[in-house]
Amino acid sequence: MQLDQLLQYVLSGLSTGAIYALIGIGFSIIYNATGIINFAQGEFVMLGGLLTLSCLNLLQLPPWAAVPCAVAAATVIGLLFERLAIRPLRKPTPISLVIITIGGSILIRGLAMLVWGKDTHSIPPFSGDEPIAVGGATILPQHLWILAITLVIVVINRFYFYHTISGKAMRACSYNRTAAGLVGIDVQRMVLFSFMISSAMGAIAGIIVAPLTMTAYDVGVMLGLKGFCAAIIGGMSSGLATVVGGLILGILESLGAGLISSGYKDAIAFIILLLILFIRPQGLFGKAESERV
Amino acid sequence: MNRELLKFLVFSLLVLLAPLLFQGGYLMNVLVFVGINTMLAIALNLLLGYAGQISLGHAGFFGLGAYLSGILTATYGWNPWIAMPLAAVTVGLLAFLIGFPILKLKGHYLAMATLGLGIIIFIVFNETIELTGGPSGLSGIPNLSLGDFKFDSDIRNYYLVWSFTLGTVLLSLNLAASRVGRALRAVHDSEVAARVMGVNARLLKVQIFALSAVISALAGSLYAHTMTFLAPSSFGFNFSVELLTMVVIGGLGSIYGSFLGAALLTLLPEFLRAAHDYDIVIYGGLLMAMIMFMPGGLVRGIPDLLRRFAKRGRAGHA
Amino acid sequence: MGIRIVPLFVAAFTLLVSTAVFAAPPLKIGGLFAVTGPAAFLGEPERNTARMVIDEINKAGGVKGRKLELVVYDTAGDATKAVQLATKLIKDDKVAAIIGPSTTGETMAVIPVVEREQIPLISLSAGSKITDPVKKWVFKTAQNDALAVGRIFEYLQKQKQTKVAILSVSDGFGSSGREQLKAQAAKYGMTIASDDTYGPKDTDMTAQLTKIRGSQAQALIVWGTNPGPAVIAKNARQLGLKLPLYMSHGVSSKKFIELAGDAAEGIRLPSGKVIVADVLPASDSQKKSLLAFVKDYQNHYKAEGDHFGGHAWDAVMLLKGSLEHGAATPDAIREQLEKTRQFHGIGGTFTYSAQDHAGLGKDAFVLVEIRNRDWVLVK
Repeated sequence: MQLDQLLQYVLSGLSTGAIYALIGIGFSIIYNATGIINFAQGEFVMLGGLLTLSCLNLLQLPPWAAVPCAVAAATVIGLLFERLAIRPLRKPTPISLVIITIGGSILIRGLAMLVWGKDTHSIPPFSGDEPIAVGGATILPQHLWILAITLVIVVINRFYFYHTISGKAMRACSYNRTAAGLVGIDVQRMVLFSFMISSAMGAIAGIIVAPLTMTAYDVGVMLGLKGFCAAIIGGMSSGLATVVGGLILGILESLGAGLISSGYKDAIAFIILLLILFIRPQGLFGKAESERV
Repeated sequence: MNRELLKFLVFSLLVLLAPLLFQGGYLMNVLVFVGINTMLAIALNLLLGYAGQISLGHAGFFGLGAYLSGILTATYGWNPWIAMPLAAVTVGLLAFLIGFPILKLKGHYLAMATLGLGIIIFIVFNETIELTGGPSGLSGIPNLSLGDFKFDSDIRNYYLVWSFTLGTVLLSLNLAASRVGRALRAVHDSEVAARVMGVNARLLKVQIFALSAVISALAGSLYAHTMTFLAPSSFGFNFSVELLTMVVIGGLGSIYGSFLGAALLTLLPEFLRAAHDYDIVIYGGLLMAMIMFMPGGLVRGIPDLLRRFAKRGRAGHA
Repeated sequence: MGIRIVPLFVAAFTLLVSTAVFAAPPLKIGGLFAVTGPAAFLGEPERNTARMVIDEINKAGGVKGRKLELVVYDTAGDATKAVQLATKLIKDDKVAAIIGPSTTGETMAVIPVVEREQIPLISLSAGSKITDPVKKWVFKTAQNDALAVGRIFEYLQKQKQTKVAILSVSDGFGSSGREQLKAQAAKYGMTIASDDTYGPKDTDMTAQLTKIRGSQAQALIVWGTNPGPAVIAKNARQLGLKLPLYMSHGVSSKKFIELAGDAAEGIRLPSGKVIVADVLPASDSQKKSLLAFVKDYQNHYKAEGDHFGGHAWDAVMLLKGSLEHGAATPDAIREQLEKTRQFHGIGGTFTYSAQDHAGLGKDAFVLVEIRNRDWVLVK
């Protein structure tokens, strides 16, 4: 195999992986604040892309305004989801939470199908589509946007969780909800925040990837699952570990498709998921935790 | 126990007589699928309702049963009556082996792991074209037959499938009432406490997982021999979710609830046909509404609701 | 008294009989379309077209004075549902013939049902194995993918290119095309340098394309339906892939050009004649049907009529033809269908026989190239 071929696999893997990472961080944020795996996370990725499409075509907004507008709209949907579906739950057991977020994801997907139809839509790239040569391989300007935006978001996350009061409060919730409540943190509000932040992040991921992959009402399912794999590899961290998890997954997928078998590419991702869950459920980089009864 | 037996007999009688109502019509065909789905819902309910372990990959076991039966009979010309138990045992063994690592996981992690397992199985169906025919499907699967009597019409398949379904119901009712059932409920409530009381929780969970897979595989074989055609798309993630919905709607831990859920979800599309573009919305909404307002499912929820109405009525009169 | 009643009776009786003749119940035709689900892009135009054509037939007074009634069900692209609904059409609605289903998988699942119940089925899906071997009750209108493959290989042969790479989607359409590509390669002296697949929901195919770039292939043939091929076109452009790109008839709609944008330029594909109806020579025997269909669809649905709708158009018209020959029972319809000769439809010119229930020849496809976001005929 030639070197530039390998380089191309890695570059392609990195940009797909960055998307998985963004979605994975969205999973982790909610999980850490609430202990919930939000199965509807992938739908916010879909919403990001389709809402941008509507802002561009229907409201005739310029791209720089359409993107924040779409993110804001997705955030509001995330807020509504938490208020209407998660909070009213009287006895939230893990199983009922799994089922309700699955129900939510199906509902959101169905509504999106009614609003935007079943067609696939494309969104123009942010800054042209002239390929850029890197060694013997090529990438698109959009790939650079993806990598850059992922980086910015990780940095902002880090700042938020470690240097702001509400970020620290949210971390406190993730360590121990009861204790956090006792020291005066409004736990419910933190839960709401976590849903809003993660839906915003899902939407951003959906927007930056749409010019490359196009978007439709049902793109959220697979992307959501891959994002979850990334989060698992990263041990449900809301920071760098999940980013590395996403990148590893992306590169392995790309190498798998190129070198082993393109048909089993997705199976590779899920086999990794199972192996990690079986062998190191705390993620590749996490420390083992003992079960509290 | 006698009351349980009476209930079962009434239920069996209803099943036996139902065809008189729908003689020969299309609903007969739907009722065959209600039977298959009831088996699947009960299988999942044993795991979810009794042992408290979620699975989002049951469509995979269902599919494995169907494909093993289908391939052995259509491609290799085996007798379906031999292929069926073989498929069930193979799937059971597989589930038993994978059960040990997978059931170590809990809650969300278990959900995701079983989901991943289901997707891997689905990809295998899709990619092993030489065996399964891949996405374009496997055809030419024979009907089951007894001597010269072939199960090749809806009414014959109805009785065939439902005799298996009733067997499953009976088995599950017995299981629930037995020592194993009590141990399972203990595991459900608190695994640690159950372990302290001397229940081998781990083995028990794995056994139930395997039993659940065996029933699903049997349902799969029946599906293969009544449909006579298989395609991977019937065994995807969506169907796993549909099964979950059946169990939740019927009521966790209730065997007749599983029947109710399966019947409702299989028949619902028949009545929603006018609104077919909306059925995905209705599914999602239903799933959420059940958990929020009727977490015990229909079997417990409806009597509750009636009682509440009765109480309010009485309060109004007083 | 008694005498006066008799003529009244006679009058009443004649009235009854004559109204019975005039108001013969409409002949029921079943429609199974994947209106929702992954194959909705097939099912929706198919349903629309079938409704449109049958409405028009009824407006014109029906066939031989008898109206038609279309009973449509949505299979959502699911084989199980298709089987159930086919049973429903036959047992409850008592249809005389069925049009559909939309996908090969569904059709294969439905075949045992219609063969057992003896109801003619005109499938709208492309898989060659639907009518090969011939099944007594099963016909189809969609062009066999075998014909599309032949068209591409023929052209490649003329271009003296013999090494091809295949990239197909892992669903029914893709795997059936892949099978045909591999089966026919030897006949045209082609060797397959690389054989890869991608998933229907995949969003990045650079890995497969990178592998293909490293192979000996002189041309790349992509077999899939939207949106995958559009992603592949974009990826190929990103990688600067120099190979000429060929695609299947699965993307011969304006939607593909819209999705792929500039990346679609120069791609060649075999296609039914609908998309190039207005540039066909006047001598083309299908031209009249094509223009009528396109205009009609535009008037009804404010959208361009495509091949998929065309398959339904052909199916309804073929049925109409057999009814015009006096067929009214499933048995007679089947027999008359088999006698169809030289019917100039949308998908091609159909001639069915006892040995051929697909009815089309290679002339059903033209090779087109995408230039300036439009279709151009390749000679």
